[in-house]
Amino acid sequence: MPDLRYSAIMVAVIALVTIALRFAPFLIFGGKKETPEIITYLGKVLPYAIMGMLVVFCLKGVTPLKFPYGLPELIASAVVVGLHVWKRNTLLSIIGGTACYMVLIQLVF
Amino acid sequence: MKTKLSAKEIKKAFLATVPVMTGYLVLGIGFGIILNTKGYGVLWALAMSVFIYAGSMQFVAIDLLTGGASLIAVALTTLMVNARHLFYGISMIDKYRGAGAKKPYMIYTLTDETYSLVCNDSATRAVSDKHSYYFLVSLFDHIYWVTGSVLGSLLGSIIPFNTEGIDFALTALFITVFVEQWLDNKNHSPALIGVGASVLCLLIIGRENFLIPAMIIITVLLIVIKKKEVSTNA
Repeated sequence: MPDLRYSAIMVAVIALVTIALRFAPFLIFGGKKETPEIITYLGKVLPYAIMGMLVVFCLKGVTPLKFPYGLPELIASAVVVGLHVWKRNTLLSIIGGTACYMVLIQLVF
Repeated sequence: MKTKLSAKEIKKAFLATVPVMTGYLVLGIGFGIILNTKGYGVLWALAMSVFIYAGSMQFVAIDLLTGGASLIAVALTTLMVNARHLFYGISMIDKYRGAGAKKPYMIYTLTDETYSLVCNDSATRAVSDKHSYYFLVSLFDHIYWVTGSVLGSLLGSIIPFNTEGIDFALTALFITVFVEQWLDNKNHSPALIGVGASVLCLLIIGRENFLIPAMIIITVLLIVIKKKEVSTNA
């Protein structure tokens, strides 16, 4: 049986550090004062860059040099992009891509 | 807490979160199952998912709990794993400004996935009360994660069908938002910088620790291209 009191303190520490990180930008730059121009600019352009980063982050486990050579991820991602450019329906793109991926890794590869 | 959202807009907020629901339920169930096998029951799953509410960190937390790490190590690990949230906050300072009583909760629940939904401008453009919309999206996502963890803890591994690969829903979500932003915007430099810097860091640093260096490079490059644009316009 784990030491519950110590575990509870650990969970509290993790929660507090996470909360501090989430609130920090708002506490530092979010006051009544005008936000510095560079932060406003970053606020506008960061989402585009970070979404690209998150895609890479999700696909980081892909092994292009070993079987299945990242093919399930590549094909399913292409399906998501294709569906989205075609219909621009977020739900359809995600369900289509995920179903495709599940079929590929469960039945094909 | 008043909302000016119509029933149609509440439905829109819910539909926007459906992809996250799929991913969070599956990952949450996975988290609950693993946590349970380490001797931490449903109350622990509930408390961690309500109060920490950070997917990847909670999986790391299982190792920390069972490995008997020191509190300093726990704090530092959390700082490293979750530092990316600093960058999410920067993007939302102006959007969340004036959200009133809803704001602390919206900041508290700003996960990767919620971030991807609230910064998707083309989805929120027509919404009448944006702060209520952001709040609802944040709340729905939080509920999915907590529900998933509790279910996983209670039901263990009795899952009726083969869900292998269903977590691709989150990858698909990020790709969809990326494509949406790409189609919605003429200036593709930020998107290309994001992908390029991340791939570069992934190749050089490896998959464990590439996020923070990538974010720093992204931020520097974004500032550099701004300077350049200003000087060419002047």
